[in-house]
Amino acid sequence: MPNTTMTLDDLHRILADCGGASEDWPAGEDVRDRPFQELGYDSLALLEAAVRIENEFGVQVPDEVVPLLTSPRDVLDLVNGSAAKTV
Amino acid sequence: MSAVGVADAGRAQAVTRRPGPGPGPHPGTRPVYVTGIGVAAPNGLGLERYWEAVLAGRSGVVPITRFDTSRYPARLAGQIEGFDASAHLPSRLLPQTDVSTRLALAAADWAIADAGVDPSKATDYDMGVVTSTGCGGFEFTHREFKKLWSVGSQAVSVYESFAWFYAVNTGQISIRNGMRGPSSALVAEQAGGLDALGHARRTIGRGTPLVVTGGVDSAFDPWGWVSHLASGRISHATDPERAYLPFDAAARGYVPGEGGAILVVEDPVAARARGVRRVYGEIAGYASTFDPAPEGVREDLPARPGRPPGLRRAAEQALAQAGLTPADVDVVFADAAGDRDLDRAEATAIRELFGVRRVPVTAPKALTGRLYAGGGPLDVATALLTVRDGVIPASGASSDVPADYGIDLVTGGPREARVSCALVLARGRWGFNSAVVVREATL
Repeated sequence: MPNTTMTLDDLHRILADCGGASEDWPAGEDVRDRPFQELGYDSLALLEAAVRIENEFGVQVPDEVVPLLTSPRDVLDLVNGSAAKTV
Repeated sequence: MSAVGVADAGRAQAVTRRPGPGPGPHPGTRPVYVTGIGVAAPNGLGLERYWEAVLAGRSGVVPITRFDTSRYPARLAGQIEGFDASAHLPSRLLPQTDVSTRLALAAADWAIADAGVDPSKATDYDMGVVTSTGCGGFEFTHREFKKLWSVGSQAVSVYESFAWFYAVNTGQISIRNGMRGPSSALVAEQAGGLDALGHARRTIGRGTPLVVTGGVDSAFDPWGWVSHLASGRISHATDPERAYLPFDAAARGYVPGEGGAILVVEDPVAARARGVRRVYGEIAGYASTFDPAPEGVREDLPARPGRPPGLRRAAEQALAQAGLTPADVDVVFADAAGDRDLDRAEATAIRELFGVRRVPVTAPKALTGRLYAGGGPLDVATALLTVRDGVIPASGASSDVPADYGIDLVTGGPREARVSCALVLARGRWGFNSAVVVREATL
């Protein structure tokens, strides 16, 4: 069964796994509202992460939505919000 | 990947360009300095370790350990050992790079450090990148294709979109070092590395002060290996010492290798202005020619029976462009195919251009295997060290050169010689011939 709630740590782990660990993501800090660009991840890393998010959390992140996800908060809202409602 | 040019575009220019009579006003034909060198070779990581191995006659040809070769007819390769990509590159780059790109990025780092350049302090548009690869990202792609057919398209890495691509080394070097000047990628099978150097010189002639250039290849996954074998030119020998014997009567094909060399080349005036401390030499001439398809290969192309191979013409044009004659050349770094027909054709070109046994010829690539696009730039690096140290390395274990080849192959061990000018030759399958002339230079 997929998890239902995604934490910031989950997102950090998934991005590091599929896009490589970033030196620009300070461990333990609340970076929820920092742009992914500043955290060292580009849209390709997010595309890569989208497949993993779907597998782990059962939430589809369509390719055309990925460019709209500019900060960790956007991803957490999408995953946790839609997980509660649909899919 | 916005800094990446179109693969093959440079080749088209090189083929159609008419070389001028000498180092005249054409902006692409003035000499450029080589101020930094980075080497990743099967017998040595780093310039000096490679050079030590070459002079000591140490080979990097070994049985392949990357996959099980027991069911393949050829099992030897020039394999790089002990390259820890995570020690050289940020972890963000690892999921998106093939082994060939990791080697290229490391070699570029070494070349840039060797040149004493800090790219973050220079103007980004004043630095370009021109590289060549003959294979692209084979191992990476093999892995992703395996996911495609065993798991499904969702499992394929998004980075496959560029990790396979011929221009990826140019793009990654450009991004990593903030080099946004004119950049491109050239593909010409095993001659492409010299074409990259020639195009880098042209890029400087058009006004870019500094270009990072060269070539790197690696394709030692099963798919890459089958592609090597498909050429029909790979040695099936089992003794690593005797598997690749260019110009030897016992030549039986070549051993593929991985790696190559990345060079920093600069406009001489700009290099002096930034206070460069040392110059390895200059790239003084470059030319490429193309052989027509042999009869029967392509019915839509006109056959040219009796037309001689274009290798000699490439050498002549490169020398003419440098304002030099064959008598000025102190050593030839041969393409050294390791195939009796191709060796004979090259020996004939060298003999007819220079005279019988009139110039030392060497093939240190016998110690690394053929590095595809990396081979030419590594030979240029080796030629510059020959100029620096006054010693010509030997041609691996080759020793029994047929007398009618009429070439003075350096065999047995290094030969001391004053070298101020070297000619480097490279050929690629399907008709590519390229030549580069390097010469000593003073600041």
